Amino acid sequence: MNRPTSLLEDALSLDAGESNSRGPEKGLVVLVEDCVETSGAFVLHHLIKRFLSPNLSSSDNVVLLVAFAQPFSHYDRILRKMGCNLVAQRENKRLLFFDMLMLECPDDGVEDGLIAFYGNIQKAVEVNSSNKNITIMIDDISLLEVATNGSTKDVLNFMHYCHTLKTQFGCTIIKILHEDIYSSGDGFTFPLQMEYLADITIKAQPLITGLAEDVHGQLTVLNKGTIDGFRNSKGKIHNFHYKIKENSVDYFYPGSRS
Amino acid sequence: MADAICRVLRDGALEGEHATSLTIKDSVVSPFGPIVFDYIFTQLSSFISSGKSQSRGIVVVTFSRSPSFTAELLRNRGFDVAKSHEWLRVLDCYTDPLGWKERLKDRGAIKTPLTEASPNVSLCKDVRNLDDLVSIILALGKGLVGDGKNRFSVAIDSLSEMIRHTSLSSVACLLSNLRSHAQVSSIFWLLHSDLHDMKAAAAFEYMSSMVANVKPLTTENTDNFSLLEQNYKRGQLYASLKRRNGRVRVLREEFSIDNSLIMFTSMAARENAVAQSLVPKVQFNLQLSDREKSDRAKVVLPFEHQETGKSTQIYDGRKSGKQESNVEEVKKHEDSGRGEIIYFRDSDDEMPDSDEDPDDDLDI
Repeated sequence: MNRPTSLLEDALSLDAGESNSRGPEKGLVVLVEDCVETSGAFVLHHLIKRFLSPNLSSSDNVVLLVAFAQPFSHYDRILRKMGCNLVAQRENKRLLFFDMLMLECPDDGVEDGLIAFYGNIQKAVEVNSSNKNITIMIDDISLLEVATNGSTKDVLNFMHYCHTLKTQFGCTIIKILHEDIYSSGDGFTFPLQMEYLADITIKAQPLITGLAEDVHGQLTVLNKGTIDGFRNSKGKIHNFHYKIKENSVDYFYPGSRS
Repeated sequence: MADAICRVLRDGALEGEHATSLTIKDSVVSPFGPIVFDYIFTQLSSFISSGKSQSRGIVVVTFSRSPSFTAELLRNRGFDVAKSHEWLRVLDCYTDPLGWKERLKDRGAIKTPLTEASPNVSLCKDVRNLDDLVSIILALGKGLVGDGKNRFSVAIDSLSEMIRHTSLSSVACLLSNLRSHAQVSSIFWLLHSDLHDMKAAAAFEYMSSMVANVKPLTTENTDNFSLLEQNYKRGQLYASLKRRNGRVRVLREEFSIDNSLIMFTSMAARENAVAQSLVPKVQFNLQLSDREKSDRAKVVLPFEHQETGKSTQIYDGRKSGKQESNVEEVKKHEDSGRGEIIYFRDSDDEMPDSDEDPDDDLDI
């Protein structure tokens, strides 16, 4: 169990959450917000690896990867470099891959499409729900919105239903959102809605000071804890820089690398 | 002050008046609306369960949290959940607000039952039909208190979800129907104000006799993360209470969150505490005891006119023939009760003070 802890792990403190929780009350909603200059995909890769790594804990973890953005081979290639074989995990039924690249809802049947889609997810969750921690990852919400012909209302309804899986089955939900495509001014409150639903918000942003060779961006992790749960509400903000390397990512505090 | 709000909700409405109503609003920079909501809900619940309030029961309409959460909350706050069906009804608009799960179940796609059976939870499967929602709420309330003159309270968490499913005007219509109903004693709701236009918040504030506004402590847009972090542990609550005659009383209070419990401190008490807590932190003793004060009063300062008849000798820094010793005794008095100042020169090397201008070598 000697996993090297990184700043990201510390900031998420998922372990602490797991050990404190009781019964079906566990589960978290993690929101990753990124922008064009700094993609947050590496956070997702990190989390996939983390939840699939064999020595994590005694209880089984199952990951549901709902991919709107990339095909399976893409994730497989990246995770293989990081030391995690997705093909094998898929055969073990520890990874369930939903290929949603082709999902398109007809104009008049957006809701029906989403209901069927949600049904598939809940079915998968039900099958695996006994004694297993289920993590649902959605990459990414913005493309889900494209698939529903830009109907934010339906996406929000869908996300609400996913949220009920958290309370009912104790699933952890991880979702990626491209923040910069929503203009903040005129009533586009979609990212805000997502933030209200989230327990942990991870923001990937470029450095304020501009581009740098050794630093690829900064992560701001806001760990609200579960404010509406009965764990300690943490209210912690972590801020650190990162550098993406060939098969790993370095996390470090600002100024600690020259 | 939060307690003042709870008291007003407890006292309810007079005969023939609208029900007392409260808007709790927050924003994403200080997202403690739900916690304030829980606080007011549990306070009011304890009034209701002990029979101290005008209303005899409470109907909770929950959109954003599951009914099991409400049960857990009451258990954590020391309520007897087994007896709660006497005064509590939960209308569950969270588990299946649009009937998706029911449709899927009918098709056989999913199997899990929607909720565990519980005597005081009813499920709403179509929140878009607000007329039905009103009649369900009223039916639940009447089921609690009967058809007579007894009254009940309503709590809605949250309006933001409700508006998302329907429209501002229909939600406003629902609230005004509830408010004007003769059997509703008090009603409060939660609103995430930054999810809506200004007009939405304003519309609901007009309809409420009290507004509790949750705000962050520091509003400046700062990059200082430790300052920002404080906003997720503490905040302030602005409350405005409208009187019948139209007077509006505005109150302000600070709160801090610890272990999902909320603690309120009034501003005045806090400032006092700050003033007191600053003093002991200084290493020096800034206060004098009575004895020290009387001793100080007795000290005769060198420039004071002594009025003893003796010629005063004050060391003025110049070497005089008469006094060669290092110790200059400025004053000697027979009565030992008086203080005296004794000057020790550090060494002979020390240049005595002089009247010379220390800057006279400068060419100013």
